[in-house]
Order: sequence, then C-alpha cells, then structure tokens
Amino acid sequence: MFAPGTESLVKQAREIQEEELQRFYGRISKHLLSNKEVAVEVVDSLQRLHLIVSATKYARTLPPDLIKKLQTLLRSLSCPEQFQILSSAILRESLPLSLHTLSTELSQDSRALSYMASVVLSQDLLPLCQHLLKFLESRQPEVQVPKHTLPILSKIFSFSPKILSEDQVNVVSRKLADWLRYASVHQGASMSSGGFFTSPRIRQPAPMTEVDGAVAGDFFTVLCVGQSYTEDQWMNMYTFSMMKNWLLTYDTEGTSNAESDDRSEVDSSVMSMVSATSSSSRLLPPKERLREKAFEYCHRLIEQSDRKALKRTDAELQKACLVESVAIMDIICNEDASYVYRAFPCIKALYGRLSPDLAFARALLPIAQFYLNHSETAAVDSEAVFYQVFTRFPAELFNEPMLAFEFVHFCLHNVSVLQEKVVIYRHSFPNLLKFLAWNSPGLISEYVELLPSLLAPETAIELLHSLLDLPCLAAALDLQHRSSCYPALDRAVWDQQGSKITASLDAFRQPSYRGLFLYILRPEAGTGDTIDRLSTLHEALEGMVESPRVVRCAQIVPVLLHIYFNTVTQMADEKLLNQLLLVLLERSSLLFNIKNFSTEVVFSTHLQTLCKLHPPLIVDQYKELLEFVTLFIHSIYLAILYLSYDPRCTVELITSFFEGIEAVLFEITQVRQSSSPPCYSPRLLTVLMTALAKLASRSQDLIPRASLLLSKMRSFARSGPVAVYFSEEDTEEIITRAHELINLLKLPNVAQFVLAPSTHGDSPRWHRDTNAGLPQRMRAISGLLHNHSNFLPA
Amino acid sequence: MVVCFLIHTVCPVSALSPAESRILYSRDFGLEDVELSGESREDNPEKRRLARKEKLGVVARQVRSAVCLSREMAGSVYVEAVLGEEAVALGEAERGVLSLGHGEPFAGQSVALWLGVQALAFTLVCQPQENLLLAEGTLRNLARHCLEELRLLGTGSEVLLKSDRVDAMLQRLLPHGQLLFLNHRFAQNMDKELSSYMSK
Repeated sequence: MFAPGTESLVKQAREIQEEELQRFYGRISKHLLSNKEVAVEVVDSLQRLHLIVSATKYARTLPPDLIKKLQTLLRSLSCPEQFQILSSAILRESLPLSLHTLSTELSQDSRALSYMASVVLSQDLLPLCQHLLKFLESRQPEVQVPKHTLPILSKIFSFSPKILSEDQVNVVSRKLADWLRYASVHQGASMSSGGFFTSPRIRQPAPMTEVDGAVAGDFFTVLCVGQSYTEDQWMNMYTFSMMKNWLLTYDTEGTSNAESDDRSEVDSSVMSMVSATSSSSRLLPPKERLREKAFEYCHRLIEQSDRKALKRTDAELQKACLVESVAIMDIICNEDASYVYRAFPCIKALYGRLSPDLAFARALLPIAQFYLNHSETAAVDSEAVFYQVFTRFPAELFNEPMLAFEFVHFCLHNVSVLQEKVVIYRHSFPNLLKFLAWNSPGLISEYVELLPSLLAPETAIELLHSLLDLPCLAAALDLQHRSSCYPALDRAVWDQQGSKITASLDAFRQPSYRGLFLYILRPEAGTGDTIDRLSTLHEALEGMVESPRVVRCAQIVPVLLHIYFNTVTQMADEKLLNQLLLVLLERSSLLFNIKNFSTEVVFSTHLQTLCKLHPPLIVDQYKELLEFVTLFIHSIYLAILYLSYDPRCTVELITSFFEGIEAVLFEITQVRQSSSPPCYSPRLLTVLMTALAKLASRSQDLIPRASLLLSKMRSFARSGPVAVYFSEEDTEEIITRAHELINLLKLPNVAQFVLAPSTHGDSPRWHRDTNAGLPQRMRAISGLLHNHSNFLPA
Repeated sequence: MVVCFLIHTVCPVSALSPAESRILYSRDFGLEDVELSGESREDNPEKRRLARKEKLGVVARQVRSAVCLSREMAGSVYVEAVLGEEAVALGEAERGVLSLGHGEPFAGQSVALWLGVQALAFTLVCQPQENLLLAEGTLRNLARHCLEELRLLGTGSEVLLKSDRVDAMLQRLLPHGQLLFLNHRFAQNMDKELSSYMSK
C-alpha cells in the first residue's frame, strides 16, 4: 500500500530546488494563460504543484501572477470542476493569502462559491457570512439558495455564534423551519430519459417512499427515498444535518434552566395542550416555531425507524437518526420542559422496542441520557433503564470499541448525577472495569477521571481487590471471547491458539473452575471482597500471562492504584485504613504472575503514605506487619540457600538478587536523626547481611560492593538513633556479624566454600569424609585467621 | 462538525522515526484558526500554517499508536490485499476511537475516529458532541471511495498526485466538515456525480 515510490515522491516534492521551482511556476502560468484545451498537461502540473505546496510544514510563497490566475480559475463559471478543486486546494496551502481578492467577488454559482468558501473560510468568516445571508434573507422565490449554504453557515456559527444578530437568527430560523417541515413529498424530475416506450402519464411525479418501500406516510424526511430529489428536499437533508448544532448554539442561550423549570411547573398543563396541536404554531415566534418543527421531525424519524429497511445503508441510517432524534428532543426538552410530556411516551415506547436487541445498544445511550435528564420532571421510573444499561452492556459488549467509548463518556458526562441518584452505578464497578480491562491503553485516560466516582466506603475493599486483579479480568474476558468464537468441538482451531492459551481455555470450560470465573466476571459488587481460591484462579489463567492484552492491562494498574489511594485516604476512617493495609500485605504475595507486576504494584500502593498519615496503623497492625516481615525474612533465607543448588542459577540472577537486597539495606542505612523508629528487627538486618555476603561469594565481582555496604552497616549500627532502639545485644550482634562477613569476603575462595557450599551439601557427609576435607579446611582456615589479628572485633 | 480528515501511514516509514506517521492526505476544515483573536490572524499566516501542520502530525502519531496497540492486543495479522480486494480489506479493517483532550492538540476537546486498513489509517476528528454513529458511517464510506479511486491497495502514488479526487469526495460527502444524513438514494446521487468526475 505504501510503496517506496510514494515516499520518494514526497521527498522530491520537499526537496525541490528553488530554481527548478521558479521554472515550474513559470510553466504553469504560461499553460493557464493559453487555451484550456491542453487540459491533461495542465491538470498534471497543477496536481504536482499541489503536492509541492502541501508536502512541507513551511508554507511556500507563489508568484503573484500565478496566484491571480488560480483565483481567476476559481471564480470562473465555465471552468471544469477539477480546476476549481485544484486551485482551491493550492490557494489554501500557499501564501500570500487570497482573502481580500476572493471575498470581494464571491461567485453566484453554487459550486464555485463552495470552493471559494473553502479558501476564504480558512482565513475569515465575515464576508462569506454576509454573502450567504443575502440569499437567506431574500423573499423572492426564484432566488436559488446555493446548495452548500447550510454547511458553510453551520461552520461559521459553530465557531463564531455572535456573528449572527438576533434578527438574522430569526430569519434563518424561519427558513430552516420551512425546509424542515414543508419540503415536497413528490420525487424530483426524473434524471433518466424517458426511453422509447415512455407514455405521457409517467411524466407525473411519483410520490416518495419510505425505506421499506411503502408510500411516504407524512412529510418528507431524510428517511424518505425517491429516484431523484428536488432542491427543497436537498435543503431538507442539509437542514436536518445541522439542526442539532443550530439548536445547541442558538436555542440554549435564553433563560437558565432553573427559570424555565419554574415557569413550566405552573404552565405545563396549559402548555402541553397548546403545543399538542400544531395548528397554532404559526403564531409562535421563529425560534419556538423551529423548535416545534424540529420536534415533529424527530418524532416522525423515530416512527420511521421502526420500518424494516430494504437496504443496509438505510438500516444504518435509521440507527444514526435515532441517536440524533433523541438527542435533539433532549435539547428541546432542556430548553422548554413542556415538551417532556409529549416526548416521554415516544421515548418510552422506543426504549421498549430497542432494549431487547443489543444491536441497538448505541441508540440506547441517548435514551438513558434523556431519562437521566427528564424522568424526574415526568415522574417516570428510570430504574429499569439504568439496570439494563449497567448490567447488560459492559458484560456483553465489552469488546465493542465505539460502544465502550460512548458508554464511558456517558458516565463521565453525568458523573455527579450518577453518583447521587443512580444507585446501581457505583455497584456496577466490576462491570465497568471490563471496558478498561479489554482496551487499557485506549481508555485509561477516561478511567483516571472516572475512578474516584466509583469509590465508596462500603465497597472500597472489593474495589481494591478488583484493581489488583484487573489483569486477571482481562485474561478471563479474552478467554470468554475466544471461547464464544470457537465451538468446543473444533479442536483444531482451538489448538492453534498456542499450547499455553489452550490450557487456560480448557480451564475456562471446566466445571470445577466455573465458580472462580463467575466471580471474576461478575456484574455487580457486593457478593464478597475476594475469593479464597484466588491463587487457583491465577494458576488457571497462567497461560495468559504473556498475552498482549493482559500485559498492557498490567501496565495501567499502578496508575489506577495511585488514584485509588489518593482518593481513599481522603475519605476513609481508621477502620477502613486498617483493613486496606491488611489487604495490601496479604495481596503483595498473591498477585497474578506477570513480569514486573508485583514490583510496580507494591511501589504504587502508597504503603508509606498510609503509614505516615496514620502512624497508629503500625501499632494497631504490628502483629500482622511482623508476621509479614518474618515471612519475608524466611523467604529470603530459603531463596539464597537453595539458589545455588539450581544449575540454572546464572550470574545475572545472582546480581539481581544482590541488587535487591543491596537496595533494601542501603535504604535502611539512610537513617536520619529525626526519623520514626525503624520497623525492622535486628534479625532482619543480620539475615540480609548474610544473604548479601552469600551472593557476593558466588559472584566475586560483587565482593567490593558487599564489603562497602557491610562497613556501612557497622557504622549504622553504632549510630545514635539505632543504638537507642535496639538492645545492646542486638547492636553487638549486627556489628560482629558485619565484621565477620567483611573478613570472610577478603578471602573469596574461603568465603565461597563456607557461605555457599556446592551441591553436595544437600546430603552432607563432610564430617565422615576425611578426604573431602571440610574438617581439614576448617583447620586451615582457623590457622589463617588466627594469624591475622584484624579478625578480632574492634 | 468535523475538524479534519487524514490518510496516513501506520506501517514503518524508513525516512521517519518508528513512532511517526507520514500523512499522505490531509484536509483541515480550518476551524482551529477561527478561534484565534483578530490581530493574530492577519499577523503571521506562516506560523499558523506551521502550527496547523504540526497539530495534524500529532493526531496522526496518536492514531498510529492506537492502531498498533489494537492490532497487538487482538493478535491480528493481516494478509496483504491487492487491487480488486477493496471490500475484503475494508471488511477486515480495525476501527477505534480516542479522545483528544484540551490542547492535545486542538484547542477544544475532540474525538478521533479511525479505521486501520493494512498499512494505512483513515482518521476523522470530530467535535465532542458529534453523532459518532453517523461519523463512523461517513468515515467508512470515505475510506471505501478512497481505496477504490486512489487505488490504495496498489503500489502507485495516486494518493499524492490525485488528491483532487479526495477533495471532490469531501465536497459531496462532508461539505465543509458537515456530516450528512444520506439515505441510499442521496448517496447514490452523490456516487453518480463522483463517478462522472473520476472518469474525466
């Protein structure tokens, strides 16, 4: 698709020399001057010129005469469209600007005007706006409004609403209402010629049809089809296309919502009767009349969407029309609450029609928004709607990128209302996290904003567990998705997944694991903070540990934990904090086994912050902490002991262990005068020091570093604060041990032998085997050491 | 309203660094500039153009990253399609959407819809309140036309030299950035006009 030829063409365009460029400009100028019959060559040159001016970041300045010629082309009525397009494109990309020249002579021709507009609009809005308004303000019926008036106008007022005065807004509103409601219902003049057997009767215009082929039942809308369209029908389509934008810009200014609510409370009974009959609409001011027509239009579209479209394009358009219509009705109801009583029956019926079918999920979101905004006004119960939305959609449509995006943005947009008034929102966090688990990189920035709203004291613990298990959720969803794509019997396809994944797929299908998967895939909170057999679940999902989706998910968990802890520390009481600490300690050894996951998680859990904020935590939880530390010590000890027995033990492995312990010890030695009491026992220090020395003896490059750190430990143990907190015995123990190890490391081979015996050590016979020589060596060492007085403690 | 439409690479390009994307076609609907205050508009058109180009570059890079991540997570490997297989290529295309925050790169918040077709991506950036269902349909339609009219599945460079064809498509299907509610008949009318344009 992207061939080297294309890349080199770009290069050429960017690197063209000035001289050659000027010659090229000259050639084009000449061509444009001469007759246009040399069309092909001219087109080719213009296309190349366009590439040249658009390929660089820096604008190119064209010679004035070339600019002039291009402008002439643009304005000319007899010019083929291709020339207009190319001129427009080139003028947009180059300097000097054509604003003044073009805007003084805006064309009458619709197509030329549009291409000129493309250039002018990139520079200034006013001239074009005034030009277009002339057409719209004209009361003469024969004045043809240029086709793209509305898209151009739409662009103008989107970004400069004040460009239209109040009067102009009214003029335009009147025109829009007419186009919307009173377009012809007959087909335009047929484009095709009559043919040999045309009879005069065929010349009568046929009526428009609905998308299912039936004759059009009411006024013309975008869901009416016909052989060809009249001008006003095109305007109808353009009008509806920009209607939402217009209403958002010009129909939400007025009075604030609070005021209009008060008004409608009093007048609603009267108003609803009046607006129910459209015959009185002629008496309404332009804005209100447009609102009325737009409402009717949307109502009709909703009805038309119930028909079974014959073409797929039309079926898809029906969905888009539903979304737009409900959104426009919502806007209208926000502005004038009396419309709520007319809208609700329609919206409710629509909901009933669409809710069983997940294919319409995206259309249900605007309906949910409508309920959120207006169900209170209409005293309609909305619980069922939100139940449907929060329980079904994430569970069954987690892998639909567009729905996921719209759903999450719906939550973000309405976060305060959802938190306050929709109970199921917060309880559905297991479901809501599914979108994130499936597409972590794509949705993380949204969830960073959303997460605080999901945190409530009663479900905080469960949420923490869910965040820690997010990669498991990703794995489970992946398995669920694969499983639904491939029937169980199609073993060949199954096996193609790779043996690791197949093993997990099999586990997913086994009844014994059912409960575990049901838990992780649950839709609502409240059934338990976590499960006992979590480690079993981790094992079952082992095969997914390297799957890209799971790995990407693991990468965003630290960020979420960061947010979680920032939020929870502001709202939690002591009891909850205690519980959280316990969870952290417990889970630090119970995490899904993805590379680097544990480290990242531990560092983001703000353990230190928790403790700093609530020092009593340490006292309250000291038993658990101590147990944790003891477990930690034992793990290290065993790890070091058996590390060297494995033939796979490489230098890298030893170095990584070493660096880990070095870091911890280093941290410990950075004690300052005013710091809080150390929460590690002296025993921990001695074990760590011995472990350090053991590792160094196995990989002798590490010995200098070990010696350095051990001497630091010695001075540390003698330092003021430590001496106060540890007993004299303990301090002595640390110092002595440090000293012994330092000296041992001075004799590397001895150290290795003593600290890290070879594999024969697992069935020790040394004391029996006089030839193997441990006793002998011990005697040798003793002798050596006695001769060196620096063995003795200082 | 649509802010811009891009056709850009998602495959590695030798002249660029790994994360970058070569933009092969861009149409900026010029909305950004309008927000600037009066004086700065006249002052430095060069600077504004540069800023615009750079913003488009940022979008292309972000979309490229999103497409690659999406493919990596789905584990999808595409089989290179050839000319004539446009429908297949489009059928297998990945789609996605990402939000662009304030100043990243456009002044207001926006939404980027993308369609990843083999080595290229088609991106449509819209304002936040836009009807995304309609936008998605429009993007798909544009991509189909581009694949066919620019012979993108081949090895030619029509996308660079025949960019006026894309302009003609946008003129009808997305005039001045306005998304249109086109039923199959309106669409057919437009397609007929486009074919007659392309055949000249």
